[in-house]
Order: sequence, then C-alpha cells, then structure tokens
Amino acid sequence: MKANASIYSINGPVVKTKLAVGFQMLEMVYVGHKQLLGEVIGINDIYTTIQVYESTTGLKIGEPIFKSNSPLGATLGPGILTNIFDGIQRPLKEMAEISGMYVSEGRGLNALNETKLWDITLKVKVGDKVLGGDIFATTPETSLIQHRMMVPNHIKGTVSFTIENGSYNINEILIIVTDEYGIQHSLSSVQKWPIRQARPVGKRQIISVPLITGQRVIDTFFPIAKGGAAAVPGGFGAGKTMTQHQLAKWCDADIIVYVGCGERGNEMTQVLEEFSELVDPKSHKPLTDRTVLIANTSNMPVAAREASIYTGITLAEYYRDMGYHVALMADSTSRWAEALREISGRLEEMPAEEGFPAYLPSRISQFYERAGYVENINHTEGSVTIIGAVSPQGADFSEPVTQNTKRFVRAFWALDKSLAYARHFPAINWNISYSEYMDDLRKWYDTNVDRKFVGLRAEMMSILHEETQLMEIVKLIGSDVLPDDQKLILEIARVIRVGYLQQNAFHPEDTFVPFEKQFKMLQLISYLKAQSVRLLSTKRTIRAITATGIFDELIKIKYDVKNNEIEKLDTYYEKIDLALASVK
Amino acid sequence: MSRQYIGLKEIKGPLIILDQVEDVSFEEVVEIELENGSTRFGRVVEIQGQQAVIQVFEGTSGLSKINTKTRLLGHPMEIALSREILGRIFNGGGKPIDGLGEVYAQTKADINGHSLNPVMRKYPRNYINTGISAIDGLNTLIRGQKLPIFSGSGMPHNQLAVQIVKQANIASSENQEFAIVFAAMGVKNDVADFFKRSFEETGVMEKVVMFLNLSNDPIIERILTPRCALTVAEYLAYTCDMHVLVIMTDVTSYCEALREFSSSKEEIPGRKGYPGYLYSDLASLYERAGIVKGKKGSVTQIPILTIPNDDITHPVSDLTGYITEGQIVLDRNLHQTNVYPPIGVLPSLSRLMKDGIGEGYTRADHSSLSTQLFACYAKVQDARALASVIGEEELSLIDRKYMAFGRLFEKYYVGQGFKTNRKIEETLDLGWYLLSLLPIGELDRVSKEFLEEYYNIDLAITHFMALQGGQLDEVLRKR
Repeated sequence: MKANASIYSINGPVVKTKLAVGFQMLEMVYVGHKQLLGEVIGINDIYTTIQVYESTTGLKIGEPIFKSNSPLGATLGPGILTNIFDGIQRPLKEMAEISGMYVSEGRGLNALNETKLWDITLKVKVGDKVLGGDIFATTPETSLIQHRMMVPNHIKGTVSFTIENGSYNINEILIIVTDEYGIQHSLSSVQKWPIRQARPVGKRQIISVPLITGQRVIDTFFPIAKGGAAAVPGGFGAGKTMTQHQLAKWCDADIIVYVGCGERGNEMTQVLEEFSELVDPKSHKPLTDRTVLIANTSNMPVAAREASIYTGITLAEYYRDMGYHVALMADSTSRWAEALREISGRLEEMPAEEGFPAYLPSRISQFYERAGYVENINHTEGSVTIIGAVSPQGADFSEPVTQNTKRFVRAFWALDKSLAYARHFPAINWNISYSEYMDDLRKWYDTNVDRKFVGLRAEMMSILHEETQLMEIVKLIGSDVLPDDQKLILEIARVIRVGYLQQNAFHPEDTFVPFEKQFKMLQLISYLKAQSVRLLSTKRTIRAITATGIFDELIKIKYDVKNNEIEKLDTYYEKIDLALASVK
Repeated sequence: MSRQYIGLKEIKGPLIILDQVEDVSFEEVVEIELENGSTRFGRVVEIQGQQAVIQVFEGTSGLSKINTKTRLLGHPMEIALSREILGRIFNGGGKPIDGLGEVYAQTKADINGHSLNPVMRKYPRNYINTGISAIDGLNTLIRGQKLPIFSGSGMPHNQLAVQIVKQANIASSENQEFAIVFAAMGVKNDVADFFKRSFEETGVMEKVVMFLNLSNDPIIERILTPRCALTVAEYLAYTCDMHVLVIMTDVTSYCEALREFSSSKEEIPGRKGYPGYLYSDLASLYERAGIVKGKKGSVTQIPILTIPNDDITHPVSDLTGYITEGQIVLDRNLHQTNVYPPIGVLPSLSRLMKDGIGEGYTRADHSSLSTQLFACYAKVQDARALASVIGEEELSLIDRKYMAFGRLFEKYYVGQGFKTNRKIEETLDLGWYLLSLLPIGELDRVSKEFLEEYYNIDLAITHFMALQGGQLDEVLRKR
C-alpha cells in the first residue's frame, strides 16, 4: 500500500498533514504504521486535519497516512444483531478473542463475521427487474428477526444471474444485476453506507401509532409515537440509564439499537448479561436476538464516541428499510456533544455557549431528524424511534445541550432529583415533562384502548396539577387546615403518585404493565374519587373515609393483581362500594 | 544510542519547547539533564513539525534556554512492577522515596493503561461489608465498584476512608490476598501522615502501596499520580490475583492541576476554566475500576473529593457523579450535630447495590427495607421543613412521629461512631427497629410477608429504651 501523505503535527486525537492534495472532506483514512482509523475533518490551503478514532500515543511525525477513497461507513449485513460493536463498528467480542482484555488498535477486524454461513433464500429470479431498495434474498438472522438483503440504492436493472438457495457466507455473490448501460453489479449480503448520511426513504408517513413501553407514566401520561423522538434529561443518579434499560427491554419495537456513548463500561456489561437472560414476553426468545449494542464507553477514544451515535442510527435505518420498527436508545447524547466540543477545541474553533461549537444545534437536529415513520423505497413500512438521554451539567436544564435537544424532540421526560432521592421511580416529573404526541395518538387510543381513555388521562393530570398547587399551601401551614374536599384531592393524588406513577422495575409483575391494566387502574381511581366526593357531600369526613384503608388497597393493586388476571380488577368496584358503605 | 538535544527554544510554565527534533513520538518520555548534573523527566504532549512541546514533571524552575541536554527515551511513561512493590512508598511520578532503592522490575507497564473491552468486564456482584450501616444498609459497596466520597473542607472524609480500610473485608472469604493502593494528590503533609499512621496501626502497612504527591509538589506529577497508582492496582489485581482497594485523595486538587496545565497549554477552557476534556480525563481514571472475566482479582476505587463551597454542581463533583457508580455524600449539618460518619443518606447512592444484595448475598429483605428507609427519611425532611415554619408542636401526629423517627435514625443508624463495626444482620435489624416505630400503614414499599416477619413495635420500643437508658419520645408510643 502506498502512502498518500505523512504526519506533520499531533495534538491528542487531532493529526495534521502538510501540503497534501487529494483528500476529501469526511474521507476515512488510515494513520501511521499501525493504520489507526481516522477521518478528514478540515482542509485548508496548507494543512489537512484528521481526527483519529484511536489512541495516538506513540505516533511519530513523518509516519504515513493512507487514503481509503470512501467516507467513514457502516458495514450492513446479517450478523449485526446480538453483536456488540465499538463506536466505529469493530466487533468487541471478536476483538476480545484476539487481543484479550484491552481494546486493541489499528485495522484488521471486519465488522461482520465473514466465515459464518447463512441460510439464504432468494426472492428474485433471472429476468426480474429490480430497483434500489428491493429485497432480493432473506435469511433468518436470529430466532426473532428475518434479515432481508436489499439492492443498494444506486443500482437498478435486470437480474442476470442468481445463486441457488443454500448456505453462504456474507461475501458470496448472490445475484448479478445488469443495468441499462450493460454494467454488471455483483451483489452479496453486505453493503456499505456512509454513517453521516441519512438513508433515503420513500415517503414520510403521519405519526399515528404509539411505541408501547409498558411503563405507566410514559404510556398514559407522556407517550412516545413510533417514529418519534424523546429526550430523557436528568442529573446523575436520577435514573436515565434505568429508564433507557426499561424501554430497551419492554418496548414493542422489533429491533433495539442501544448506543452506550461515553458512559460506564459496567453498564454495557449489565445490558449484555441481563438481555441474554431476559425473554421477550411475546415470542419467548432471548431479548438479545433483537438487540444490537454500540459500546463506546467513557474511557474509549473520544473521536469514536462522536461517531458512535451515527453508527447506531445508520444500523437502525438499515433495519427500518427492511420493514421493521426500530427503537434507538442513545445514552448519553451529552457525552456526544462533549466529544464535539473537545474536537472543536483542539481545532481551535471559535466557541459559542459554554465552549460548545456554534454548530451544536444543527448537529443535534440532524440526528433527531433521522427518526421517522416512513414508507420505504421498497414499499414496506418501518420506523426509527429515537430516545436520547441528556446529562445536563449540574442537573441544570438551561444548559445548551438540553435546550437545543428540547427544540428537536416532541416528548420530554424530565427526571427529577428530589423524586429520585425519595426513591420515586421512574423519577419523571409530571409537572415539567410533556409529550406533543398525545394529539397524534388520540385516534389510536380511541380505537385500541377505549374512548374514555384520553378523558381519564386529562382528569388524572388535573388532579396532579391541583395537588401541586395545594402542596404550596401545605408547605406553609400544614395539611390539617385544608377543607375536606381538598384533602380528598391530596389523598387521590397520593394514590396516583404511589399506586400508578411509581413503578417497580425489579418486581416481576410491575416491570411491564399492559395497556388494558393501565386503563382499568385509571378507571378505578376515577371511580374511587367520584364515590368519595359523593360521600363527602353527605357530611362524612375524609378521616373516616381514609380509615377504611381502601386508598392503600388501591395503591397495592399494581402488585396484588397479576398481569394475566386483569379481570380481577373488576372486583375492586365492589370493594370500593363496600368500604365506602361502611363509613359512618 | 538516542540523540541528545542541547538547549531549548521556549519555556512556558511547566512546558518546554524543543526545536529541530527528529523521530519523536507522541506521549514519549524525555530525560532532561541540567548543567549541575541533576535530571528531570518530561513527556511530549504536542508535536508540530519539528517542534515538540514537553511537559516537565518536576517543574521548570532553574531551566534556561542553554543549560539543558534533552534525551528522548523512545517509550511512553512506564512504571516498574513486581510483587515487591507492596509496602513501598513512591512520589507522584512513581519514584521510590522511602530510601529502599529502585523496584526490581518483573515487568513494566504504560501508566496510561488501555481501555478495557466492555465484553471482557464481569458485572460486579459481591458486596464488601464495611461495617458502616449507612453504607452497608443503604449504599452498599460492591467489589469492583468506583464509589467516591463527596466531602468538603473540615469534614471527616479521611477518617471514613480509614474506617473502611480497617473494617472492610476487602478480600473475599476464599483466602484471597488483598492490597491497598493509596494515591495522595495535592494533600497536606498531615493528611498523608494520618493515612500512613492509620495503616501502620491497623497492621496493613505491608499490604499498602503509597503514592504521595503533596500540595507543594509539582503539579505535573500530580497528573501522573493516579495513573501510576492505578497501573500498580491493575498489576496486583490482574497479574497477582489480589483484591485491590484504591483510595485517591483529593480528586479536586488533581482537577485543579489539570486546569493549570491546560491553561499553560493555552487550550480553550470549558466550565469554570476547567478543560473541555475533563470528563474524558476523569473517565480514563475511574473506568479503570472493575473485574475482568477470567481474572481472580478486582480493582475497587474510593476517590475522595472536597467540593469547593459544598456546591455539588461544581464541575469536579458533577462530572465525577456522571462517571462513578454512585456517591457517598457527607453532610455538613450532620457533621455539626456531632453525627459520625456524617453521611447524607438522601443524595448518596450506590448504583451497583441492587444486584449485589438480597437473597444469596445479604438477606432477602435488604432491598425493600432500604427503599423504605429512604422513602421514610425523605418524609422526615418534609416534616422538618413544615416544622421550621409552624413549629413541631403544631404538626400532625404522624408528622411528629416522623420527626422523632428521623432523630433516632440519624443518631443510631447513621451516627454509629468511628469504633463501631456492625455486621450486616445488625444493620438490617436496626433498620427494622426504626421502621417499626412508624405506623404499619406508612410502610408502602415492603411486602406483607416481610412486614409479618420483621415488623414488631414492642421489640423496637424495648430496643431504643435500652439504648437511651429508659427514655423514649412519647409520640412514638402513641398508636
């Protein structure tokens, strides 16, 4: 291999070469004798600037730089699922087998296993006309997911050769497509795609289906739609990662892409261990079969952290194109923004707010805009939903990353430290969180849950809101002075907070709750409120009503009624009636 | 034979710039010989064409443009490792200062370490019994965890660290060896002495490796101190199969050294003048804690931070909290009311606790008991806020019960004292005694089965009566 240039200067992950020509912007390059992976991020009349994705310790001036002539790309093909990659899609399991406990450097590992044989079924025959995006073959990638091989987007023509159905590795030529100029394109199971470029779609669809998560506070109060984007901001210890893990485990997407971006190594280990033990409730297959992990932990090179988010979203889009619903968890986007800041600082760019580069908002928007519910080019339907964690400095939501993220997502689940201190989990603060998807999803709720559902939700929200205002008074003078109808609001709000909003991720029944149970629980709370109000008007005291213990019984429904015996909830109406009838 | 360069081009704070250098590599170590025969060491931090920027570990005082000879050593910063390193004392740059001579190196390792492959990590699950209730019961320390102590000037964080060293069963039961690596970064002489004396009193000195960079030592060495310490810790854990506890104090001084160094390099500052890469830099230290598949040892870290002005949102504590697996926060109010250890229970957290407690580890009720204690103690804070406005007398009965519960909780559960070493069962039982003082209806985080087994108000009253010499707050007896 011939070198195209040599190193002129080194400053951390930023390497410059002098008076080199022919480098393209965002081209992937190999730096030094070890061939460390890098990307061209700046070109001026003298210097070409390269960010290196690996540790530059030991690199010398004058070492060669090699061109690759293509932008930094993701390798797309069967074998992605169940795998764990670093930020630039190197397989960490295989790396561990070759180089032991530490992350190794340099070129040499392919993203996907090239020797494994896949059981391939062809979907086209000789003479068929194919367009970019068309599915030409399939293989069962895992027990849950069928991998669909698609014609790369720029190719169209007539199939002039196909292989027999059978077991092949990913590099085997499966079909040959001859285009209108007579050029033959040989297609195997893999294709490359530049990670910073969104994969094209046929048509964006209107958002209309929720991503069902089984988490009551999200499903009922602040839903996210398939194809939507949500942000989870919170200080340390507020439960961002827990929330992300819960969604990754239980949400009803077909595929989960979990990006650990600049976070703890042990968290990735936990995901690896837990997901292989957990079983998907619908198919009874291990959750790893629908999951791919991108792990670029905080001690791995910072430039690769910046790339990890894009690698993740590219993999997500690829599965969307096959017609799957994909959910991408990015934990945490703040670390990604900090990586941008760090590289920007090394390039001596003019900083904007808090040292972040001025292009921060545009980068954030580019990322979140890659979410969507679409009709693909091959006329299948798919979606990419993005759930990004944000780690604001000092838990202060006014900092640039949180503020800019807020502009580009439509669901905002603000995690609250004081709720976390009181071990109220998930610590989503119901006063400052919001979801703009509620209106889009209204029709879905009406037809799939119940027409009363949206109204019930509004009723509960207003009770919680009223409680917040009453608490202002209580904080000053105590609750004893409140009139009974206001005390009732506090009691009902307690039932909603403790019995409904709080959800125990470690409890086998409570960790995931189906919509039907959520709806019936809401109905019960509403019924209890209505009946208590009626009773108060007959001169009974709130003290006597709460003494029946019915409020506490309702709080414990979430544990007492199992998910597979939802009809038991109907017996609670009788219990409420009995309890209230006993009030003297 | 490597080449020597005579003279310097520029001197700037702790940095020197060398011109016309050939064949220099990034992060390479250099040896600088002065005219008077003394030598200093430095590290290449930036290369531009033929100019190399070098940070001098021992500082640049006495250097001039002409009185030096600089030699490139051809490798990154390394430290000599062998089992005999146990019991030795080094300066921040890894040179022995106990007069016992150089360490005979069995192997050498780059102090920057390498990133651990997440696939090779083993998820930490075994708890370390520290004998301190507020930690064992509520914020359990797990082997392989990184759990910092957030403190402030004037608070007893050093005593707490020593108590943990004294009481903790760092090695697991299977006759395994343990070691303690102590890294002092910019601490006062007295503090270093206190630790040394305490290690000697406890009789663990031959298990300790000390790295001392005192507050008047050069700051560049301070940047190397934790890296040397962690390299030793990794060697002892992964090569010598030991369970290693690393105590690093004070991380705030480390960060300030980093800031000083960054500004002399004329880098663009981030929040409060700290460099933009402070998060990545701290992560490169903290993430070196853990357990690796196929290795018997482990590295557990207890970094200590003194937070300026007790402001937990300060960049140092903020970024630390985002990287570490929880934090033990010391509370100045508790300290002033003579509670030792003054662990502020509510803001403290152990993230790994949930998987290292419960049946098979501690006891089945541990998890729900601790959640319930947290929830009740949070209500104590609400009651106190209200009492400060309307007075305790005016509170409802239940709020007054919470007030009394809170006092006992702080006095006995948290404030156990420096000498008390509690077994995990004692800690858990004490938790139940406290909860039993509250009406059973208030306990909404524990299951019926546990309540039936452990909730016992009469036993609780007798217990606290005995502790307080027959006295007990009247309000706690009212049903």
